[in-house]
Amino acid sequence: MTFHYDVLGDEFTHAGVASSKVKKILKQLGVPAEIVRKVAIAMYEAEINMVIHANGGVIDGDINEDRIYIVLKDEGPGIEDIKLAMKAGYSTATARAREMGFGAGMGLPNMKRHSDDLKITSEVGKGTVVEIIVFLS
Amino acid sequence: MVKQHSVYLDKDRCTGCTDCIKRCPTEAIRVRNKKAVIIDERCIDCGMCIKVCKNMAKKAKADDVSIINQYKVKIAIPAPSLYTQFKGIHNVNKILMALKDIGFDEVIEVAKGAELVTEKTKEYIKNNSRKQPIISSACPAVVKVVQSRFPTLIPNILPLLSPKEITGRMTRTHFLDKGYKDEDIGVFFISPCAAKITNSRYPTLIEKSEVDGVISIKDIYKSMVKAIKKNDHHYEHLRLSSNRGMFWAAPGGEVSASKTINYVAVDGIENVIRILEMIEDNELNNVEYVECLACTGGCLGGPLTVENPFVSRCRMDKLSRYHKNHPETRDIHFVLESLDYAWEKPLKPKEVLRLDEDISEAIKKMEELERIYQELPKINCGSCGSPTCKALAEDIVLKNANIEDCIFMLRKEVGQLAERMVELAEKLPRSIKE
Ligand code: SF4
Ligand code: SF4
Repeated sequence: MTFHYDVLGDEFTHAGVASSKVKKILKQLGVPAEIVRKVAIAMYEAEINMVIHANGGVIDGDINEDRIYIVLKDEGPGIEDIKLAMKAGYSTATARAREMGFGAGMGLPNMKRHSDDLKITSEVGKGTVVEIIVFLS
Repeated sequence: MVKQHSVYLDKDRCTGCTDCIKRCPTEAIRVRNKKAVIIDERCIDCGMCIKVCKNMAKKAKADDVSIINQYKVKIAIPAPSLYTQFKGIHNVNKILMALKDIGFDEVIEVAKGAELVTEKTKEYIKNNSRKQPIISSACPAVVKVVQSRFPTLIPNILPLLSPKEITGRMTRTHFLDKGYKDEDIGVFFISPCAAKITNSRYPTLIEKSEVDGVISIKDIYKSMVKAIKKNDHHYEHLRLSSNRGMFWAAPGGEVSASKTINYVAVDGIENVIRILEMIEDNELNNVEYVECLACTGGCLGGPLTVENPFVSRCRMDKLSRYHKNHPETRDIHFVLESLDYAWEKPLKPKEVLRLDEDISEAIKKMEELERIYQELPKINCGSCGSPTCKALAEDIVLKNANIEDCIFMLRKEVGQLAERMVELAEKLPRSIKE
């Protein structure tokens, strides 16, 4: 099955709505708790990043018996150096986002730790695509 | 499955309005045949439906006070929320005395048990090596919501028994030591809460509760008011606990008793669910302890209390001021060394959301659910008897409802039928057709 969500930029109060809907779907499917947790964390981080850095975007997903696949696409500023961004503590969050407690620079490493496969492609000035795969069994 | 909750419907009073289905936090209620129906496995006994039902059709099955007569020695263990229910009374002893006046032989405060649990909690927090916050286990409705909606957070729950259970154990041991026979000792919890009725009757974490009956605060309120009036000047010093234990009834009371610094205290079930979502997303890892109470105002806002929770809060402050100046407490020697605080059984997840045992079947049902949902008007009116259009779609997929239950869908179908009828009426038989 597939799902699709639109995410608005700078809507901090509603950030996390899509991941919370996906969590509910996974629980309804009877996916084991620890796997739901992995998806929750990885997807939440990616969704928040989209809100903070990229002025929103779209999320598409596909679930089958073996795995969940999530693609998050934005048309934000892009990431210049993905390797650097993957380092814990590195962050380009705006002052406003940081004030609200977002953007401590743990986003990407955290995402990586909680997904079985993570692919990030980005082009400066064009946007970023994050692909997350988590196996269900 | 046996029904393991205490909230039930008084059918005669129910008008089949949709107030309760819309406010139930776990979507456990439907309206069928003009009456509300509780889906037993989903109910967490939060009592929200009791609070919102204007027809007073939702109730909690508490024990009748007469139950105490079945025992030789009758002991009340009142929840501290009882103390705030009486106007103008700032001396806890007068309230405890009233319990004696209405038939109990002894009164042991749950606030005392709360102080003991506080000490154990402190130790647990100190030794905790998990990076995620510990979630308090004091509110049984919260524990149930974790079991059914946040099973990933089960390992975060503080694995200690509640003050009520500890008080029960301590009390029974005390009377056994005094030479009473087990079957002669009756321990009765005076409760603000439906969830605590349930977990005394059907304990899930221990073999057997030491509480023999649960009496609701509102059921004995009237006789207590009378007793307090009658005995305004004659009372014994029955208080055992300090203000610390008493404050457990209010939001933030537990964490302030244990002097936890790095905590989040949240009350109101919707707020609790939001915080649990955050913990699940790893967003609260810098917090040590999370105190969650299902009722707004904590147990002071319990569904079986009488007083408004905000008024109660103000009164609790007055009580605590009074007892700062009158700190004398009774000295009973309880044997506490052998008291066990640990759960006897693990907390298990309850998969009430699951669409199917088999994951590929579940995926099929989920797709079907989405397809049906897209057809529905998405206005969540509740007229179909399900709380939202999403919930109706779910009910249809699980074969507990039909799409025609939605009045908009029914109208659409009737409209199509009418069009077809007009079309048919216009067709003439060949025999008279020119
Ligand atoms: S007690 Fe709470 S969970 Fe149970 S039916 Fe009422 S509102 Fe729903
Ligand atoms: S907050 Fe207190 S009264 Fe309300 S459900 Fe929880 S334990 Fe019961």
